[in-house]
Amino acid sequence: MPQMNMVQAINDALRLEMRKNDKVVVLGEDVGKVGGVFRVTAGLFDEFGDDRVIDTPLSEGGIIGAAIGMALYGLVPVPEIQFSDFIFPAYDQIVSELAKFRYRSGGEYVSKLVIRTPVGGGIRGGHYHSQSPESQFIHVAGLKVVCPTNPYDAKGLLLASIRDPDPVLFFEPKRIYRAAKGEVPEGDYTVPLGKASVLKEGKHVTIVSWGAMVYEALAAAEQAGAQGIDCEVIDLRTLWPLDIDTIIASVKKTGRVVIVHEAPKSCGLGGEIVSLINEKAFLHLEAPPARVTGFDTPFPYTLELEYLPLAHRILPQIVETAQY
Amino acid sequence: MSATPTTPSQKPAHDGSAKNGHAPAALVSEEVIRVIRDDGSLDPTWDPKLSDERIVELYSWMVKTRIVDDRLVTLQRQGRIGFHIGSLGEEATILGSAAAARPQDWIFPCYREFGALLLRGMPLQRYIDNMFGNSNDPVQGRQMPDHYTGKPWNFGSVSSPIGTQITQAVGFGWAAKMKKDDLATLVYFGEGATSSNEFHCGANFAGVFKTPTVFLCRNNGWAISVPAARQSASKTFADKAIAYGIRGVRCDGNDLLAVYAATREAIERAARGEGSTLIETLTYRLSGHSTSDDPKAYRKEAEVEAWKSKDPNTRLRGFLEKKGLWSAEKQTALEEQTSNELAECVKVAEKAAPPTLESMFEDVFAELPWHLKEQREQLLKGPRAKGHGH
Ligand SMILES: Cc1ncc(C[n+]2csc(CCOP(=O)(O)OP(=O)(O)O)c2C)c(N)n1
Repeated sequence: MPQMNMVQAINDALRLEMRKNDKVVVLGEDVGKVGGVFRVTAGLFDEFGDDRVIDTPLSEGGIIGAAIGMALYGLVPVPEIQFSDFIFPAYDQIVSELAKFRYRSGGEYVSKLVIRTPVGGGIRGGHYHSQSPESQFIHVAGLKVVCPTNPYDAKGLLLASIRDPDPVLFFEPKRIYRAAKGEVPEGDYTVPLGKASVLKEGKHVTIVSWGAMVYEALAAAEQAGAQGIDCEVIDLRTLWPLDIDTIIASVKKTGRVVIVHEAPKSCGLGGEIVSLINEKAFLHLEAPPARVTGFDTPFPYTLELEYLPLAHRILPQIVETAQY
Repeated sequence: MSATPTTPSQKPAHDGSAKNGHAPAALVSEEVIRVIRDDGSLDPTWDPKLSDERIVELYSWMVKTRIVDDRLVTLQRQGRIGFHIGSLGEEATILGSAAAARPQDWIFPCYREFGALLLRGMPLQRYIDNMFGNSNDPVQGRQMPDHYTGKPWNFGSVSSPIGTQITQAVGFGWAAKMKKDDLATLVYFGEGATSSNEFHCGANFAGVFKTPTVFLCRNNGWAISVPAARQSASKTFADKAIAYGIRGVRCDGNDLLAVYAATREAIERAARGEGSTLIETLTYRLSGHSTSDDPKAYRKEAEVEAWKSKDPNTRLRGFLEKKGLWSAEKQTALEEQTSNELAECVKVAEKAAPPTLESMFEDVFAELPWHLKEQREQLLKGPRAKGHGH
């Protein structure tokens, strides 16, 4: 099996689906000739041409609005937003239109597209090249939200997202674009949406995470293991609708849970997960569910490593939750 | 190092753009304003008639800006700063326009206009501190390099999202107009930004409310890898003014005097209550988009070479040397002086401490709410990250 990084795996999925389905088109800023600022669409322009791999004018509202129109006509657009920090000029189209088409037309119209966009910090990008806005989209009924953390999942989840009947926001953690490597099967396969993956089984504390922070959670779990605390680490993979069964089964087993995410704490997805655990497994809890997250400030430049919930901040919380 | 543009009331007779007879009858004329001819002489039609000293001063700023640019690229390559986005090749556009604004006029920057801010009088040290994101940086390293702020110099605050400054500049000038204050705003953006929502909203409001706004579109040919032709099917970017009922002009963006004249006229019109102007300066981004970009991946070396022959600094220097106002010795002296000053600033910035942990929580709100106090406590009591502050 070939070794790939995240960038190569996502590129492979796009190429495969574009060969298979001529309705799939890619559009966005710099995605064509140069293959994207992170080179995720590299080579697609040469293979599929300007009609299917489209460098657009600099307008996110234009990209998403036009992609919705293409989708209504029957194409399957996979637009790229260069950084998720720049998705907001398209927020109206995504929230008011994309998310509501099926509902507001009684299923007469469906606008099916997959918005790919790099997310998160760790590249010294400051306020506007680092944010994690996932919960701002989860709060809008009608969007599926996906965030892969390794090349195998990235390819399988992207293929599943493109074939899913609903609009999907596909967040790609840019911190691990090239750092996360692994074996990726050639050819077609999918990783189902809505299924988390248990990366490590354990009996004392459940850690729920997603995106680049999954690797920090794993590192912290290993350090906790050295202190005799056996952690179970869950990578959500699909952020919404989330895999409630896997989370609840794990919490019923351990009675203790730490949620780790990069996005600011307040109104982050972690808060929703805590509520769900309280609703569905309250009597199984041995400790208050805890969150280790980004702070409720804009994302800082120089102090980025202090802002991110890295392993050095996760470990003390695991210990506290385990000893509660 | 300060260079204060003259105000109309103090304006010496030789300093000011031609006032009458040049206003095109139509909203947008076909003319491309040009002053410095190829043979080094000046076309009198648009000659702003700046004094010799003033032209030399502005040329010096163009050279300084370029030296700073060059050094920052090196510092980034050496891993001493994280990022730089510069103005190589666009010096005439940036300095010519900024110099034409009066001191009371406000500048709303994009991200390539540090030369304008230095011209306005911001100390070089403050800029270099921003590049290092240290504790002397007024924004405490919260933003990326080249995201500076300059309120004391009537200069806005840089943010990354394309186009957002355009509508703000319109509103700022509009507010001044409501208060009958004599000021205009000068807002910078690239031709790519003319595709953004904000450009269209801004130009529309400017037309409807006749705001004193000068829209300065640096048409440098490229928006990262996307050529200008992909941004618009309009014949020119200045043409976009027609739809919004404002004036549009085009000028040679590598000709300091042409940019000065076009901007000065637009500022004066705005000040007289005649509304907004969209200026398209024809220039070229000689460097990559930023230090993160390799332009070889998308554009031909021949195109770059062709523009190098129209280098704005070389052109102005040719004119000055012909007039006996500049020499190789003066050039060397200026380069040395700037390099020394810069080296000193870098030394100071590199020695400065990183911002404090507390600074991360300040300025989110005017006062710290309970939840940020709590989070600040957690951070202070917790373990430090590896590579903290670097
Ligand atoms: C809303 C938004 N979308 C995308 C980006 C990423 N981006 C940064 S600069 C740039 C190109 C800008 O081109 P232009 O407006 O022509 O200005 P120039 O860089 O050429 O001066 C892009 C796409 C951004 N900063 N903001």
